Amino acid sequence: MTNKRKAVALISGGLDSLLAARVIQEQGIHVEGINFYTGFCVEGHTHAIRKKDRARPKRNNALWSAEQLGIKLHIVDIIEEYKDIVINPKHGYGANLNPCLDCKIFMVHKAREWIDSHDFDFIITGEVIGQRPKSQRKDTMPVIAQESGADDLLLRPLCARNLPPTRPEREGWVDREQLFGFEGRTRKPQMALANTFGFEEYAQPAGGCCFLTDQTYSRKLADLWKARGERRYELDDIMLLKVGRHLRPHPDFKMIIGREDGENKFLEGYRKQYVHLFTTTHRGPLVLIDGEVNDEGLELAARITARFSQGRDAELVDVEVHTLDGEQQVFRVRPIAGAAIPGGWYL
Amino acid sequence: MTSHRLDARRMLCPLPVIRTQDRVAQLPAGDCLTVCCTDPGAVHDIPAWCRVNGHELLDIQHENGEILIRLRVGEE
Repeated sequence: MTNKRKAVALISGGLDSLLAARVIQEQGIHVEGINFYTGFCVEGHTHAIRKKDRARPKRNNALWSAEQLGIKLHIVDIIEEYKDIVINPKHGYGANLNPCLDCKIFMVHKAREWIDSHDFDFIITGEVIGQRPKSQRKDTMPVIAQESGADDLLLRPLCARNLPPTRPEREGWVDREQLFGFEGRTRKPQMALANTFGFEEYAQPAGGCCFLTDQTYSRKLADLWKARGERRYELDDIMLLKVGRHLRPHPDFKMIIGREDGENKFLEGYRKQYVHLFTTTHRGPLVLIDGEVNDEGLELAARITARFSQGRDAELVDVEVHTLDGEQQVFRVRPIAGAAIPGGWYL
Repeated sequence: MTSHRLDARRMLCPLPVIRTQDRVAQLPAGDCLTVCCTDPGAVHDIPAWCRVNGHELLDIQHENGEILIRLRVGEE
């Protein structure tokens, strides 16, 4: 009697990982999914906050993929451990602050730990040679396998035929002939395979599934590090980088300005942690101050807050300021003119 | 059967799902868990997580801007 082999599939929520898992399921392997949450995942965050995104499907694509596959999905919080990957990537960054190769190595490493502790046999990813410029190249495939510690227990079903046989293939756990040799940036082979499997709908992330690949987001993170004089972050920091309009009118502080009710509501949860401002004579945003601010800075912040309220054209606007020690004061200010806000203040 | 409560307010998805998953892992089959959330995404994600992992969604209620999602822990 032979035991049914078990594989864990890294499920991002995109098409490639969906297909890779299904290819292995088709060979009679028991597959379960694993999804890592870094804090930078695009999944699910802003659509819950911003009105303009509410029409989009409200679903976690990794969970949706698991449902399509009929497999369990284990979502693993790696927020703390992942900081070192973002701050000190051994293989460097991509076009922005995206440490894609280190990220893949780390996730496969975590998957290797997971299969050891859950008595699974091997790991599947949806990687395709040439699909991504930083992490999915022919020369990086062995680097990921080796540095993650997964070695030949890492199987890439979509491009396996272009790579040396792994242990699951050599041992006959899977039939190499039924795996694929996809290569390059074209998506046509994947779409054809999806059609074969009857997957009519699937997520098509254009810029990947990570905020670190986003130029604006990376610029805000770089600004945060520069302002603090050190490269560190907490989860709240990286959440707040996704929300609101960010302006730095002074090297010592920046303003996070809610752009709509949903963002204001979200920012309300941070009122006890940040100096915050809001207009009282007109409807306007909730504004958080990140950094050190003196009275002069507060008045400038109040004028900017008034600018982004419905009182922007009013002669005077009252702005209530709440400090961290619970004190509050009201600034009656003239809203700053739009032309008086240098473009360089916008992050 | 015992009822439990999990506070996942102010967390953005998928954190409410992860906290639910971690709590359910500590509970015996048949126990009920009420997850209190504020992220509207949880209304979709926690039921999906239940379906995928074999737990029973009992009901979803909205109270004072908070979302209460009640589930029964399934067999492993």
